[in-house]
Amino acid sequence: MKFHYSALVTLLLITPAFCAAPVAAQVTADRLLNASKEPQNWLMYSGDYNGRRHSSLEQINTGNAAQVVPMWAYQTMAGGKFETTPLVVDGILYATGQDDRAFALDARTGRPIWQYQRALPDDIRPCCGRVNRGLAILGDKVFLGTLDAHVIALDAKTGNVVWDVAAVDYTKGYSFTLAPLVIKNMVLVGISGGEYGIRGFIDAYDARTGQRKWRFYTVPAPGEPGGDTWEGDSWKIGGAPAWITGTYDPETNTTFWTTGNPSPSNRGEGRAGDNLYSNSLLALDPDTGKLKWHLQFTRHDEHDYDATQVPVMVDEDGKKLILQANRNGFFYVVDRATGKLLHADSYAKVSWSKEKDANGLPIPAKEGSPTLEGNRVCPGAAGATNWMSPTYDPQTKLFYVTAREQCDVFSTAPQPYEAGHAYYGSAYFPNDDAEPFYGALRALDPETGKVKWEWKHPSPTWSGVLSTDGGLVFTGDAEGNFIALDAATGKALWHFQCGASVYSSPMTYAINGKQYVAVAAGTTLFAFGLP
Amino acid sequence: MKHRWESVVVSVFVMSLALGSVQVQPLRAQAKNPYGGDAKMIKVGESQFRANCAFCHGLGARGGGRGPDLSRKPKKHGDSDQDLFSTINNGVPGTAMPPNGATQQGVGMTEQEIWQVITYIRSVEKTGTTLTGNATHGRELFYGNAACSTCHMFQGKGGRLGPDLTGVATARSTSYLVESLRNPSKRLAQGISEAMKEFSTEYETVNAETADGTKYQGTLLNDDSFTVQFLDTREQVHSFDKSSLKSLQISRQSLMPAYDEKMLPEKELQDLLAFLFQQGGAK
Repeated sequence: MKFHYSALVTLLLITPAFCAAPVAAQVTADRLLNASKEPQNWLMYSGDYNGRRHSSLEQINTGNAAQVVPMWAYQTMAGGKFETTPLVVDGILYATGQDDRAFALDARTGRPIWQYQRALPDDIRPCCGRVNRGLAILGDKVFLGTLDAHVIALDAKTGNVVWDVAAVDYTKGYSFTLAPLVIKNMVLVGISGGEYGIRGFIDAYDARTGQRKWRFYTVPAPGEPGGDTWEGDSWKIGGAPAWITGTYDPETNTTFWTTGNPSPSNRGEGRAGDNLYSNSLLALDPDTGKLKWHLQFTRHDEHDYDATQVPVMVDEDGKKLILQANRNGFFYVVDRATGKLLHADSYAKVSWSKEKDANGLPIPAKEGSPTLEGNRVCPGAAGATNWMSPTYDPQTKLFYVTAREQCDVFSTAPQPYEAGHAYYGSAYFPNDDAEPFYGALRALDPETGKVKWEWKHPSPTWSGVLSTDGGLVFTGDAEGNFIALDAATGKALWHFQCGASVYSSPMTYAINGKQYVAVAAGTTLFAFGLP
Repeated sequence: MKHRWESVVVSVFVMSLALGSVQVQPLRAQAKNPYGGDAKMIKVGESQFRANCAFCHGLGARGGGRGPDLSRKPKKHGDSDQDLFSTINNGVPGTAMPPNGATQQGVGMTEQEIWQVITYIRSVEKTGTTLTGNATHGRELFYGNAACSTCHMFQGKGGRLGPDLTGVATARSTSYLVESLRNPSKRLAQGISEAMKEFSTEYETVNAETADGTKYQGTLLNDDSFTVQFLDTREQVHSFDKSSLKSLQISRQSLMPAYDEKMLPEKELQDLLAFLFQQGGAK
């Protein structure tokens, strides 16, 4: 065996010399740390550990964006929402599709290299569609979290399963939908299932073996810090899922994760207290999973205001910040070292909170609670934004977020908890206002919290946002357009009709000096470029 | 080894076929609701209704912008307990009504829960809504003096600018229809969730003027940030780049005139309702 191995190693070492095509280097933890230095690649969900979804590519820019055309399209042939953000590593694109599909494509042509689909059991419990938002990569493996709550490593060259670990019993309402985050030699994932009365957690797995290194429960047990923020046994089914990919600050060795609603989502009765760490920003030690600090955005939430928006790391004027435009309608600027709130300003219509506490944190208004006959509250249940990624552009120093202007009527619908069964405790309906709902891409100034400009969408939208050094922001709309806007002014410079609403966050990459911008919509992954 | 694997694979395959055939069978509707009239089940059913149905059908099952008023009787897609069960469980193809468990939200209801919901719906049904109007005269009004058919189709006859009213009797309450006649702009048929339907038709009013000065008025078919499609008052379909138009107004002021007491006295309104409700009734 040993002999064979060394022979293989020798073969691998000499191979590059004989190959005309460049041989891809492995994705090392070091490359991940320096992801922004290789803008031709897109090495993780948000592009790099900052979570800014910003690229320094500038071939497509304000001067030529109008000429952009489709380069290729890849179809998953699957129904449901297509939420993926692809990775691109040295010419190969890796992405996921509906029903836990995964695939690798030639990123230049869109031609498939391998395809994988998880054999899902019939009784999975997805909350909101059989969706997946993407992969993570390390070495020669890509990592997938599945709807039946497994974490799987696939061989990056073949799509073969290398290891497969069950994180938790999916029949209790647990699932994975997020793109994992690789830090060092670990694969970090956060669970989904806030609609099922789960107990949320964030896990880290050994990327090589799949062995679990740690688990951080986002709902503390009695006796633990925060355990006294839950009434009785409500912590056991307290929710607080962590279903969006976190970010990582190597300087302080801290990973930032955000959490979702307490369960049941829209009914506070039976879980008196702040319900930590639901709707919170968590600073964790990635080596141990120990909590360094937390900041809860919405206490004792009764409107499904998940804080599951990518916590974006920004360094400006010597200040190390985390920016988050929250589903609850406030734009939070937070000190990254301490978790202290610097300021919170509404960026969309808000009625659930009328005042702030001594620390400047908006606190829920009593009269905003759902009632049996229904209570109109803004933002509505889908939030002022949702999981779709924002972007921060270091050139304009603006933060761009998809805002949704929709209020809903929240009504209680008491129900007993039953394991594995949907547990909302509530219902909500679009309110009957004469004014129709709409969406907007809003450019926020982190300094002031003010809206610098907005691009109005005809209806509330589920597309994320990408910014580039070309002076552009890319986003999609519910009407199916993929749009390039001038990052400085919000003027539309280009659009393409994808034929289906965009439910994903775009990314960009380059091959042989040619820039591509990719976005998923409907059944199709599109790549665009200059002709 | 190989053989053993194959046989395992084959037997798993056979097993899944067997299981599959079990699962393909839909929840079977028994002929009658096992909970019929049970007060406790009405309450449980109300909770289920709020969580699963009220998003479209409104609180109290009185109908929302998208879903029909379920307090109406008879129901468009069948009125027996078994019909209701089947409608809830299988959905209604070609409408926004999804099959049970296929809303991309949750796992759907169990058979018991469906019966609870039906028990609740039965409890809010208004029986004995008496229509006093004269349906024959209502028909004359619809196609004649009231000029409804200029813009509305009924059973394949009429105009296209407004919503087809063929099924309206089973979808909307009397009060909704009265409001729509007396004050059509108050509430346009509102589209609700882009997750369930890619676009909604709300019959908003379009006024457009092209670069060469041609003016159009009509109702909106669709629009996005860049283009607009509408039906003009001559029922011609138009599509324009918004940026190419000299002016464009899309208004939630309905093109339909408000039929006040003068235009449509109470008695004639009742006749019209009788026509829509009796001739456009359930299958």
